[in-house]
Amino acid sequence: MENQQTFSIIGNRRNKSAVEKAAQGIFTLCAFIAILAVVSITVYMVINGTPALFSVGIKEILLGTSWKPTAAEPSYGILYVILTSIVGTTLAVLLGVPIGLLTAVFLAETAPKKLAAVVKPAVELLAGIPSVIYGLLGLMILNPLMYKLELALFKDSETHQFTGGANLLSAVIVLAIMILPTVINISESAIRAVPASLKSASLALGASEIQTIFKVIIPAAKSGIITAIVLGVGRAIGEAMAITLVSGSSVNMPLPFNSVRFLTTAIVAEMGYASGVHRQVLFTIGLVLFVFIMIINISLTGILKKGDKNHE
Amino acid sequence: MKMKKILALTCAAAMTFSLMACGGSTKETAATETTENTDTAAEAAEETEAPAEEAPAEEAPAQEEANADLSGSISMAGSTSMEKLANAVAESFMAKYPGVTVTAEFTGSSAGIEAVTAGSVDIGNSSRALKDEEKAAGVVENIVAIDGIAVVVDPANTVKDLTKDQLISIYKGEIKNWSELGGEDAPIVVVGREAGSGTRGAFEELLKIEDACAYASELDSTGAVIAKVASTPGAIGYVSLDAIDDSVVAVSLEGVEATPENIKAGNYFLSRPFVMATKGEISEQSEAVQALFEYLASDEGKEVIAGVGLINVD
Repeated sequence: MENQQTFSIIGNRRNKSAVEKAAQGIFTLCAFIAILAVVSITVYMVINGTPALFSVGIKEILLGTSWKPTAAEPSYGILYVILTSIVGTTLAVLLGVPIGLLTAVFLAETAPKKLAAVVKPAVELLAGIPSVIYGLLGLMILNPLMYKLELALFKDSETHQFTGGANLLSAVIVLAIMILPTVINISESAIRAVPASLKSASLALGASEIQTIFKVIIPAAKSGIITAIVLGVGRAIGEAMAITLVSGSSVNMPLPFNSVRFLTTAIVAEMGYASGVHRQVLFTIGLVLFVFIMIINISLTGILKKGDKNHE
Repeated sequence: MKMKKILALTCAAAMTFSLMACGGSTKETAATETTENTDTAAEAAEETEAPAEEAPAEEAPAQEEANADLSGSISMAGSTSMEKLANAVAESFMAKYPGVTVTAEFTGSSAGIEAVTAGSVDIGNSSRALKDEEKAAGVVENIVAIDGIAVVVDPANTVKDLTKDQLISIYKGEIKNWSELGGEDAPIVVVGREAGSGTRGAFEELLKIEDACAYASELDSTGAVIAKVASTPGAIGYVSLDAIDDSVVAVSLEGVEATPENIKAGNYFLSRPFVMATKGEISEQSEAVQALFEYLASDEGKEVIAGVGLINVD
């Protein structure tokens, strides 16, 4: 007994409380770093993003469609940019979520063990690939293919501006692939968390495997799947590096074969040489993006809270 | 005994934590210091290895003293396109002559020339040739560098020459197919730079198509423009002359090839002089301003000019 106690670092009550206090202090300090970062970013974005709203005009910026920041009479309309982010993200989610959800069902329910052992690591690997790699692949593989499609579709068009394949559709495809891992991983855990009794009961009542999946398991995992979708939206709307390479980056209406600019790429593209009001407006774009992300996060928290209540 | 152990452990933990916190930066500093040391060592080695160069080596300290003695300030104002050049020159010049302060404002070419005419600045930066009435006001045009822009297409393109009007029509979106220019039946993909880019500013200004361009792609670097043009059949783009590589082909304009020689001779229209205008001849300026122009004409200054992608004048 004596011997054992010499090895323990927590020897008596006084020392124990000292260690506890020190640990408590370190934990608090770490937590404050995160809070400090969030608060300073919020303050910084608001301070830098609002002046342009007043000097140029809220309506001119948010509802204007002409982006000519360096013209003799500059105009700073970012409506098309905002719409592009909304439309692009929506399309990416519409494309990515069904694929992701069905993959999750496959992994959690129907996959043979051997096949699951291949698919699962592949999905995890997909999550780890840096976004610029997605962009490069999009630029080298997707864009040329898209250009062929564009040439075929708009062969006789007099008005279409050819983009060389760098268009909204390319960006949407890249985004859809990028949100797959998020959607798959979170919905898979949600599906796995559905109590086995529900599945057994459904099967015992004579429902088929497919009926059980769509009528019982997916509805039961609803809140987890919604979380997956919201996180996917967050990832898609905040992505810049991958789509800056494939979207063409001209400010246009978000139509599938138009060269478009997203909120994120608008900042990345012009921050380098922008000055004066132009620079301030870029910060305003950042603020708009920040507000979007905030809305997504708050709705996510709402969903999670609601989900918790349902479980109780 | 136990007490001590605990104390030691807590200390160790605290130290590890603080070390982790500043580990990154410490390492970096150490690394830079080492490289600097090696650099100096290499330089020292070079010096000792070259006894033939003793004479200039002896002169160097005297020169340095003169550099340190020169004091004063130089104020510049003018072209926003010359921002890169002016900042690079100011920085390296101040490093060489620590006693001199160079300040540069970027207000636009005309404003810069007005300021130098009024005598409120020493040097007026202008990214265009001076007008006759400006020269008549006593301002001297000192061309320090030339900015050249090349128009590039993908290597498979059969169109090798464009006129100024054709180029304008392409960028305004009026000509949409290479067949209208005697090439293959392929759509033109118009590639350009982002708003605020100096190259875009110069290109649009020289063709007088400011903010009238219909870009299919606005990319944020020269390298990206070249990559896009190289990989897209039927694409056209513009880049600084020095950035061209084998993956793209520079078309000739009005029959003139894009080479530094043609630009110096003034035959290639997609180029513009970078002027540092002074009121009166350079010899009438303050010592500091004279030193700046001497510096620009020296090999060191020429390197700075080439470093920002410009063509030197002889």
